Amino acid sequence: MARVVLNQITKTFQNQKVVKGIDLMVPDGSFTVLVGPSGCGKSTTLRMIAGLETVSSGEILIGDQLVNDLAPGKRDIAMVFQNYALYPTMSVYDNIAYGLRNRGTSKKECQMLVEEIAEIVGLTPYLKRKPSQLSGGQRQRVALARAMVKKPKVFLMDEPLSNLDAKLRNQMRVELTSLHKQLGSTFIYVTHDQVEAMTMGDQIVVMSEGDIMQVAAPLELYQEPANLFVAQFIGSPAMNIVSDDEKSKSVWGFRPEKAQLVTDAVSAAPTQDMLTLPGKVISREILGSDCLCHVETEKGRIVVKVDTERAVNIGTNVHVTVPETQIYEFDRATGKRIIRTEGMQAHAMAGGVV
Amino acid sequence: MRKAIVADDIIHAGNPERQRITECQLNVIEKLRPYLYIAPAMIFFSLFFFFPIAYVIYLSFFDWSLLNLDEMEFIGLENFIALFAEEDFRQVLGNTLLYTVSTVGLGIGLSFMLALWLNRKAKVYGLIQAAVFSPHIVSLVSIAMLWMWLMDPQYGLLNAILEWIGLPGYTWLADTKSAMVSLILVSIWKGVGYNTLVFIAGMQSIPRDIYEAAELDRSPWWRTLTRLTIPMLSPTLFFLLVINTVSSFQVFDTIYIMTQGGPVNSTNMLVFYIYEQGMDFYNGGVASAASVILLVLVGLLTLLHFRLMEKRVHYR
Repeated sequence: MARVVLNQITKTFQNQKVVKGIDLMVPDGSFTVLVGPSGCGKSTTLRMIAGLETVSSGEILIGDQLVNDLAPGKRDIAMVFQNYALYPTMSVYDNIAYGLRNRGTSKKECQMLVEEIAEIVGLTPYLKRKPSQLSGGQRQRVALARAMVKKPKVFLMDEPLSNLDAKLRNQMRVELTSLHKQLGSTFIYVTHDQVEAMTMGDQIVVMSEGDIMQVAAPLELYQEPANLFVAQFIGSPAMNIVSDDEKSKSVWGFRPEKAQLVTDAVSAAPTQDMLTLPGKVISREILGSDCLCHVETEKGRIVVKVDTERAVNIGTNVHVTVPETQIYEFDRATGKRIIRTEGMQAHAMAGGVV
Repeated sequence: MRKAIVADDIIHAGNPERQRITECQLNVIEKLRPYLYIAPAMIFFSLFFFFPIAYVIYLSFFDWSLLNLDEMEFIGLENFIALFAEEDFRQVLGNTLLYTVSTVGLGIGLSFMLALWLNRKAKVYGLIQAAVFSPHIVSLVSIAMLWMWLMDPQYGLLNAILEWIGLPGYTWLADTKSAMVSLILVSIWKGVGYNTLVFIAGMQSIPRDIYEAAELDRSPWWRTLTRLTIPMLSPTLFFLLVINTVSSFQVFDTIYIMTQGGPVNSTNMLVFYIYEQGMDFYNGGVASAASVILLVLVGLLTLLHFRLMEKRVHYR
């Protein structure tokens, strides 16, 4: 177990800076998720921690040790790859035992450890098989077992669930979380899937274009996004962003699930702490219990998530109402959140309020 | 067209006998159809592969000469018996085997090492790859001529270099012992580029993350090589073994140009022997019998390769 500290880490590939001087503290025993869109530098960051990429500048510390120039095998870490990276010519047993043998573990101890781990991940009946004879889920378990058997200080996982089908992915998500609790090691997990990030991580690092946008716990990230990028990246469907006019210095947004649709027929008088936008439902997506209604308003298209039972037919004229407390304001130029202590100001809604 | 069929149906509708015949004919056509489709390929194959093989086997049982094709005498297995009784032929077989084992073993070994070295991204490695590959695209006749000059004991470059670094000159093609070594050298030089290229292609198809996983597993380089790279290259290795063995058995050009089988039969090998028997001595029967032996040997070796590698080759 160990904490991982990144100090001003940069990575440059052929004159292109893909990681732009990030600072990050991964606490000991935490489940930290690096999340962001493709090309945001999250995998490169993970690979630098693993030692599979050199660091262009900055420092990486695992525990209290500076590891910049330490070989990957000596960093006391284990990594689970996206494509599993199992050794195809070796049996499951040999795949798991390979790392132990290279460390000079005795044959007897090796066997004991491998069997113990195989039991935990449910691979005991498959130890003699080759990876090509296993299903995707089983291969995933071999990759996990291979990492676990080394009892590393830090587990690194690079989108390990992206090759599994949706059902298995949900199952593995739960298993990984409980595995983390069981082992108590530090996990650093890379994904582009915000659902994975929110459900598994206890610390989430949102990255974009080689920079860290925000580091926070899942709920904080959802409730208090630090900037426009995080606000739109976290939460599904994405936050509605509306601007009054091109000249205004700020834009404002609200989450689709925090808004309500009020049909003209039952239109209630807007209360003081509710903001209202008139519009027309142009399409809807039924997800089961919820329904996404797309509403065309004079400020652009807005998505509202409502109960399917309360879904509104296409073509209906509606008012989108949002409690004032659920409105976030962002600086148009920098994208940073503007926090006003006295609440939302009326000018932001000018022209939008009925 | 459509109209005509309809009209036909109406005409024969009242005649079940006639209808049955048409059905029968249709059945026959239906059964013949696949054979008709493959007929062009089969005719080509029969004409240029099956027939020559069968004919050479047939010819090997006769005593005949290219000069007088009318007087063919059936002598059974006598050609074969005569061949194996002859000291020269046994030497030819031995030479062929020695040549094959050496060129295949050394050639593939060297190519593998070169591929390990050249399988990198920098431009200079690409240039070296191109240089190593270039002999493969040059005609073997030119290569043989070039090496004859290089290996000339008096005016050749190789001996000049040896002399320059203070070593005694080598006899190269002039001596019974060194002539075979010289031929093997030329063959390896010619083939190494192609083999290296195939090896590099094989190496590049191994996913990089497997090596990264090995690195994280603290795998030392030699264990990565023996436990991962070589097993994962086994299909490539197998392919190269088979084609190199077959082509070594068929060596002719270099012998014809550089040594003519000499000195004293020391570099005479099967295909050249067949050529000598057939074309120089007009000994058709013996040449045919030797050809059959070559066919059997190459066939057996390929079969052996397949059997041996069946269990070892790892196909993803």
